[in-house]
Amino acid sequence: MARITKLSEAIAGAVQDGDTIALEGFTHLIPHAACHEIIRQGRKNLTLIRMTPDLVYDQMIGMGCAAKLVFSWGGNPGVGSLHRFRDAIENGWPHRLEIEEHSHAAMANAYEAGAAGLPCAIFRGYIGGDLPKVNAKIKRVTCPFTGEELAAIPAHRPDVAIIHAQRADRAGNVMIEGVLGVQKEAVLASKRSVVTVEEIVDELPERSLNAVVLPHWTVGNVVAVPGGAFPSYAQGYYPRSNSFYKQWDEIAKDRDSFHAWMKTNVLDKGPEAFAQYARKHKAAAE
Amino acid sequence: MADYKPTEMMTIAAARSLKNDDICFVGIGQPSAACNLARLTHAPGITLIYESGTLATKPTVLPLSIGDGELCDTALTTVSVPEMFRYWLQGGRIKVGFLGGAQIDKFANLNTTVVGPYDKPKVRLPGGGGAPEIAISCSEIFIIMAQGKRSFVDKLDFVTSIGHVSGGDSRAKLGVKTKGPTKLITDLAIWAPDPETREMTVVSIHPGVTREQIQENTGWPVKFAATVDETPVPTAQELEVLRELHARTNRAHAAA
Repeated sequence: MARITKLSEAIAGAVQDGDTIALEGFTHLIPHAACHEIIRQGRKNLTLIRMTPDLVYDQMIGMGCAAKLVFSWGGNPGVGSLHRFRDAIENGWPHRLEIEEHSHAAMANAYEAGAAGLPCAIFRGYIGGDLPKVNAKIKRVTCPFTGEELAAIPAHRPDVAIIHAQRADRAGNVMIEGVLGVQKEAVLASKRSVVTVEEIVDELPERSLNAVVLPHWTVGNVVAVPGGAFPSYAQGYYPRSNSFYKQWDEIAKDRDSFHAWMKTNVLDKGPEAFAQYARKHKAAAE
Repeated sequence: MADYKPTEMMTIAAARSLKNDDICFVGIGQPSAACNLARLTHAPGITLIYESGTLATKPTVLPLSIGDGELCDTALTTVSVPEMFRYWLQGGRIKVGFLGGAQIDKFANLNTTVVGPYDKPKVRLPGGGGAPEIAISCSEIFIIMAQGKRSFVDKLDFVTSIGHVSGGDSRAKLGVKTKGPTKLITDLAIWAPDPETREMTVVSIHPGVTREQIQENTGWPVKFAATVDETPVPTAQELEVLRELHARTNRAHAAA
């Protein structure tokens, strides 16, 4: 049952050291404010699941929150490398990072299987390449009806899913619009969840009969964090800050400049800073 | 002759390979530029699909990421990512898939995972993303890559997605029914698989490029087709539309 709360309380209650967590959002609605709160609370030893680790996991890896990463594409989209992710894998900095690597199709199927309460995902994939040689969780099963060999991987069942959405109502029903990614599946697959939203409204706005809504009884914590996806975007609220994604390349390239940025912008700040980032960026883009 | 860069020739040659009724799975970067150039020139009816779930999208500027708001705003509809991979890609509804990579071999297998050993990589690359299943599920694959000895290699450090595997009927023997890479478009030439061996073979050389240059930028002995064409130079219209697209994109990305 959804509880409307503050971000610090939601994260403190939902995320423990050693948990398996999934911050989702496929380019759109990436929960940056919630990521920063996890870093501020100093969570350690986390297993991080996410299709595209993006800046959020680059930051958590660089700050030493992660023991393991389960992912399918670890780059800065359209820009290049995620330097903290690379430094962890190539040089073990700040410590060794275990990886479990998949394809996008596998990750999407694994979330869907988790949401559906199935133990594994089955799909046509992983044929001929080397990923099955380095990931022992990739197996093959034979279709009992046709004899076709298919790929199977375990369902994702995170302890906690963390997503950002446009709106929730006061009961905690959450509405998502635009690029949907795997957020609905991630929440339904997880034991607990934290949903940050741009705004909490008396009533969800007029919508299509098939709008994507997570009913309040499927959601754990709901927190209003305006701008909480910045520098990712919230369709209808503010655009993606492509220029910040480019700047991140320089910030994260060097360990010291990364730490300096994290101290100023994460450790010494709170979630209320995000409203201003998004407002300024929206004004600049118009 | 118009003045143009080799990368512009590459994008334009890739755009020309697309037809008005094609349904394309588009990646960020060169593929996105080529697909949108085709849409803005000879193929206005082309269907562009990005893995963020945006179906039949018509962006005014090129997206920096695979899920920019621009793609969703201009799409016919946007579906979830599981639906995109299950119904649309795995379901066999996509005709042309575009891929690129850090390394390619002569059978057009691709590596986007690591340079060096997997457990102790010299360079950790982003990884496969959608590529492993795009490579087997689209009816055919076009690859766009600039040539060089470090990228056109004799042996891949890691096979992220398959092309023609080890040649001949090796791809079909794995149970894969789609065609695989039918075109490799580079900054120097256009390559296509040999009908028998499935080795990628040069079929068209871009204007002003020599066979020696192609060999110097390839890490295996290059095969040339019996008849090798010269790629027609970019037209003034192709160059103008491509440059306007990039200028619009740069302005938009600098502002936001």
